Amino acid sequence: MIAIIDYKAGNLTSVELAFNTLGINVEITDSPEKILNADKVIFPGVGAAGSAMQSLNQLGLVDIIKTVVKKYIPFLGICLGTQIIFDNLEENNGVNGIGIIPGNVPRFNPSSKFDKVPQMGWNAVKQTKKHQIFNGIEDNSEFYFVHSYYPEPSDKSMIIGTTDYADTTFASAITKNSLVATQFHPEKSGKIGLKLLQNFIDWNPDINDTNH
Amino acid sequence: MLTKRIIPCLDIHDKKVTKGVKFQNNVILGDPVEMAARYYEDGCDELVFYDITASAQGRPIDIEMVKEVAKAVRIPFAVGGGIRSIEDMSRVLLAGAEKVSVNSLAVVNPNIITQGAKAFGNQCIVLGMDPLAVNDLEKFPSGYEITTRGFRNHTGIDALEWAKKAEALGAGEIVVNSVDADGTREGFELKLTGLIAQNVGIPVVASGGAGSSAHLATVFNEAHADAAIIAGMIHTGDYTIPQIKQELIEQGIPIRHTW
Repeated sequence: MIAIIDYKAGNLTSVELAFNTLGINVEITDSPEKILNADKVIFPGVGAAGSAMQSLNQLGLVDIIKTVVKKYIPFLGICLGTQIIFDNLEENNGVNGIGIIPGNVPRFNPSSKFDKVPQMGWNAVKQTKKHQIFNGIEDNSEFYFVHSYYPEPSDKSMIIGTTDYADTTFASAITKNSLVATQFHPEKSGKIGLKLLQNFIDWNPDINDTNH
Repeated sequence: MLTKRIIPCLDIHDKKVTKGVKFQNNVILGDPVEMAARYYEDGCDELVFYDITASAQGRPIDIEMVKEVAKAVRIPFAVGGGIRSIEDMSRVLLAGAEKVSVNSLAVVNPNIITQGAKAFGNQCIVLGMDPLAVNDLEKFPSGYEITTRGFRNHTGIDALEWAKKAEALGAGEIVVNSVDADGTREGFELKLTGLIAQNVGIPVVASGGAGSSAHLATVFNEAHADAAIIAGMIHTGDYTIPQIKQELIEQGIPIRHTW
C-alpha cells in the first residue's frame, strides 16, 4: 500500500489524482499503523510551516515519520513536506522541523524587484547526481514550483538536483538512504512529473549501496 | 531560470467555453474539459477557468466541471467566478484546483483575501482585477479605475492602490485583466501591467488583448509580466501553443520547453 500522510497541511487531491492517472492506488491516511505498514510513503504539503508542525505533533506523527525513514521505507517528500523534515525553518519566525535532514530552510531574498516571492511557475531542475527517480527524464527539464522558502542541507552530498532562482542555486531535490525529497510539485508537473512519481514507485533502494 | 507562464483562459457559460469582446457578445467555442485536455497536451503551463455567469446568476461555481478538469490535466489551474465565501473556495480547491480567483467579491469584502490566505496559503489566492483607463488622474493616480461585473460597475478604486492593498491582505498573485484590451487581440495593456509588476512583490499575470506571439514577447520584456493569459488567439486555431512557445524561445524569452 502507498500511504499519503494527511496532516491537514494543504490539499491532497492533486497528489491522489496524479497516482490515479498512473493506475496506482493510494491511501490518504493519518493512521500511524497504516503509515508504518505502508510499502511506500508520500509526504506532501503546502501552507504554513508553523501550523503544519503543530498538526503533526497533535496527530502524533513526528516520531512515526522518523521511524518510517529509519526503517528504510521509501519516502517521498514534496514541497512543505520536504522543508519540514529539516532541522530549522525560517518561516513563522523560526520553526523546529522534524530534524531528519540537517540544515536550514531560509527565505528567498531577491535583489531584483522582478524576482517575485513566492517563486511560482516552471523552473529547470539540473540533475547534479544520477538517481533512479530521474530515469528517463531529460536533464534541465522544468518542474512546477510554488514556494517562498528553499531547502539548504548542511551535507551537500545529499543534493541530486538544483534550481536557480532569485540569485540562489538551491537544492530542489535531495536524497538520503531510502528518502527522496523535492521542492517542486511532481504531481502538478505534467507528464515529466508523472514519470518521476512512477520512478519513485518503481524504486527499490538498496540501502547498502547508497551515499549515506 | 523561472520561465514565463502561458495560461489559456476558458470562459465558461452554461458548461461551454465562450469568448467575447470587451466582456460582451460571447460565442460558444467548445467543451471545457476537452479543450483543457487539448491545451495540456499542447504544453500550456497552467489553465484558468472563469464561470462567467455564476456571479450574475447568484449560483455557485460548477464543481462537477472542476472535478472533471482536475482528472484530465496534471498541471495547475485556477478557477474564478461564483466564489462567495471561504466554503466556496474550499470546495473548489478540494475538487482539485490549485488556486481560486476572487474579483468582485474582494472589492466588496477585501477581508476574504486574508481569510482565504490564512486558510489555504497565499499561493492559493489570486486577485483578479478589471481595470479601465480613465482620465481623472487626481482621483485615479495610476490612470486606471477598478470595475466589476464586466465593467458595468465602477468602484472608485485606483488600480495600483488596489494591487498593493491586495498584496498586503495576502493575495499570492494578481491578474491584471484590462477591460480596454479584452478580446481586441491588439496587444496587452502594458502601462498598468508594468506599473503593478514594479510595485508589488508577488507574481503579476497580464490578461486581455493577446493576438500574436509578439504581444506576449512585449508584455514579458517591457511590462515584466510573470505570466500571460491567452484566449481567442488559440481558441480560434489561429495559433497553437507549441507555435507560440517556439516563437518566444527564438526571441530568447525563458519558456518551458519540454512537456
